[in-house]
Amino acid sequence: MTQAEMQASATQSSYSVPSTRKWRDYFSFNSDHKVIGIQYLVTSFFFYLIGGVFATAMRTELATPESDFVNPEMYNNLLTLHGTIMIFLWIIPAGSGLANYLIPLMIGARDMAFPKLNALAFWMIPPAGLVLAGSLLIDAPQAGWTSYPPLSLVSGKVGEGIWIFSLLVLGTSSILGAINFLVTILKMRVPSMGLNDMPLFCWSMLSASGLILIGTPVLAGALILLAFDLLAGTAFFNPTGGGDPIVYQHMFWFYSHPAVYIMILPLFGALSEILPVHARKPIFGYRAIAYSSVAISFIGLIVWAHHMFTSGTPAWLRMFFMIFTMIIAVPTGIKIFGWLATVWGGKIALNSAMLFGLGMISVFVIGGISGVMVAAVPFDIHVHDTYFIVAHLHYVLFGGSVFGIYGALYHWFPKMTGRMMNERLGILHFVLTYMGMNLTFMPMHELGLIGMNRRIAVYNPEFQPLNILCTIGAFTLAISTIPFLINAGWSWIAGKPAGDNPWRGLTFEWQTSSPPPIENFDLLPVLNYGPYDYGSGIRFPGEEIEDEETNMEAPPGGFMPPSESRAGS
Amino acid sequence: MQGSTIDPAKTDLNYHHDGEAAAHHEEHPDHRLFGILVFLAAESMIFAGLFVAYLTFRVVQPVWPPEGSPELELLLPGINTLILISSSFVIHRGDTAVKQNNVAGLRLWFGLSALMGIIFLAGQVYEYSNLEFGLKSNLFASTFYVLTGFHGLHVLCGVGLIGAVLLRSFKKGHYSSQHHFGVEAAELYWHFVDVIWIILFFLLYLLH
Repeated sequence: MTQAEMQASATQSSYSVPSTRKWRDYFSFNSDHKVIGIQYLVTSFFFYLIGGVFATAMRTELATPESDFVNPEMYNNLLTLHGTIMIFLWIIPAGSGLANYLIPLMIGARDMAFPKLNALAFWMIPPAGLVLAGSLLIDAPQAGWTSYPPLSLVSGKVGEGIWIFSLLVLGTSSILGAINFLVTILKMRVPSMGLNDMPLFCWSMLSASGLILIGTPVLAGALILLAFDLLAGTAFFNPTGGGDPIVYQHMFWFYSHPAVYIMILPLFGALSEILPVHARKPIFGYRAIAYSSVAISFIGLIVWAHHMFTSGTPAWLRMFFMIFTMIIAVPTGIKIFGWLATVWGGKIALNSAMLFGLGMISVFVIGGISGVMVAAVPFDIHVHDTYFIVAHLHYVLFGGSVFGIYGALYHWFPKMTGRMMNERLGILHFVLTYMGMNLTFMPMHELGLIGMNRRIAVYNPEFQPLNILCTIGAFTLAISTIPFLINAGWSWIAGKPAGDNPWRGLTFEWQTSSPPPIENFDLLPVLNYGPYDYGSGIRFPGEEIEDEETNMEAPPGGFMPPSESRAGS
Repeated sequence: MQGSTIDPAKTDLNYHHDGEAAAHHEEHPDHRLFGILVFLAAESMIFAGLFVAYLTFRVVQPVWPPEGSPELELLLPGINTLILISSSFVIHRGDTAVKQNNVAGLRLWFGLSALMGIIFLAGQVYEYSNLEFGLKSNLFASTFYVLTGFHGLHVLCGVGLIGAVLLRSFKKGHYSSQHHFGVEAAELYWHFVDVIWIILFFLLYLLH
């Protein structure tokens, strides 16, 4: 049998397992990775909306220099919950949701390695998240998402205690999820798929899982000690009892710096899937993009103290952390160049998924550049704790991660639901989000440089004009989620049927039905070509050859950069 | 063909199970042991974080141990250490036994390991109750209690796991030379707890 025949026999078979799920399954302890993936995504989006409401309330307060909309104490509650929710209940679980849904499909597995553990990891999130968000009604934490002692030890025991225990639960959930991802990626691939044949999303999740497994336990250690200080009266981090608050900062950032890569790597992976499909071109530099994820993980573990340049860190240590922080820009830059070379000369379809993908590159680069700026010790000392940092982190976390999640949702929505999303609403959503994002966060660079501190409810009136711009941007962002919600809800019920492979993608998830049957594949797929071999022309015998082809002179093959680097030449 | 690095043997379509058979758990490959190892690697990072915190306190404090810290008695913890280390060998005999289909041997050696674990915990409780300092006495006292207590919690979990294996061993045919993942998992966890204690003993008692 030739490979083309084998492929045909593998893709054209009828699916005997029913593909529909009852709605109840999504509200129960279900061990199907696709159910869990959607549970993660919907839950995290719910918390995104809550965190967004908090952000909008903060921006409303900041429209005027005085404290009028909320009182300063409430403002502290809001900023703490906003940061914590967006990180631990939106971006990280949304990445886990994508990973849960996609990894088994992409590697040709029937489920994750440990399905019940997977469900357990998910079901830890809703209670912890609801308790954390609900703490606003009783006594919310006030010490910021970093919760530095001694501030966190004197700003209210109840709120801080809730914060610590929510984070311990969410961290445990994250660790259990990462064990699943790591084992699944390493052990459950179809026999024909080597590590270097995996879709790039799997590479990025492999790297992110490693970071979760190394970093999160250290955060748990710090939180345990902080809980003892807070509730039992020990003095690990309390200087008045002989403790050392700097040790907390080291332990906290040992996790929380890698956490920014835990938040962005899954979306780097998603972007690496979106771009080749909608540009109809092989990814440029497969191995460079794959290995740069691993490099980011390794270097990401030894740069944490760049958050502590003003914490009395010795000069030689600051030098070390500054240099390695700047070096991280190299593997990240490799990815950016790889993506640009991928779309360069491609047959680009400017649909919602692609717009968010390209939008992500454009704004993430701004956040990356300001990241190199704040890596420099002298500059960082100048802007530390100002709005420049707020601008930087939102450019990478909103411009990077949130754009990536939106892009991934538009890209895989047809696979998850079997229905297409509405393109017009999608483009409206993108335009509003892109404008709102830049309007909100671009002026914050300037605000930081002229000296406005972050985490304050009242400020000097001279900062007001720029703050009004930010607030208008924040309202735009709040409005921008409405077309998305309408689109997602309406399309899920009544969208145009998508068919198995609406984007003509080559990775395994597109070779099963939409939504996939309960055990994913009736016959497990066989890897005959790489996941990004667009332009080979024989993958889908029924397709028009022009649809298949790129506008490159010769179809590329293999993964090695030499044959791929014909992109754009 | 360009780009194809596939071993022809692996593209044989018969390598997978047919849809029906794959619905049964037994047909799935077993990765649980690998999962346990990954879990223990993550778990060891909690201890690594706490150990490094302790070492940092030692370095940055002007006086260490802080004033007023009494000398720690070494005899009882020393005996405890010996008991825990030897229990690692004892539990391994249980693993060897089950691999020879000797479930009675498994019960004997696992029962003995659980007993040694309980003696260790009792020794620790006895030590706690005779120490001259409390949790809040000073930074050394706090780290001492939190580190040994957190480890003790792990010993307790380990005893629980061994107890679960013992209970299950009474179900006929639950463990055999071919199926004994639970035995191996409990044993691995126990070795892990043991290794952590050796590091802890060195850091808290000998380095003191």
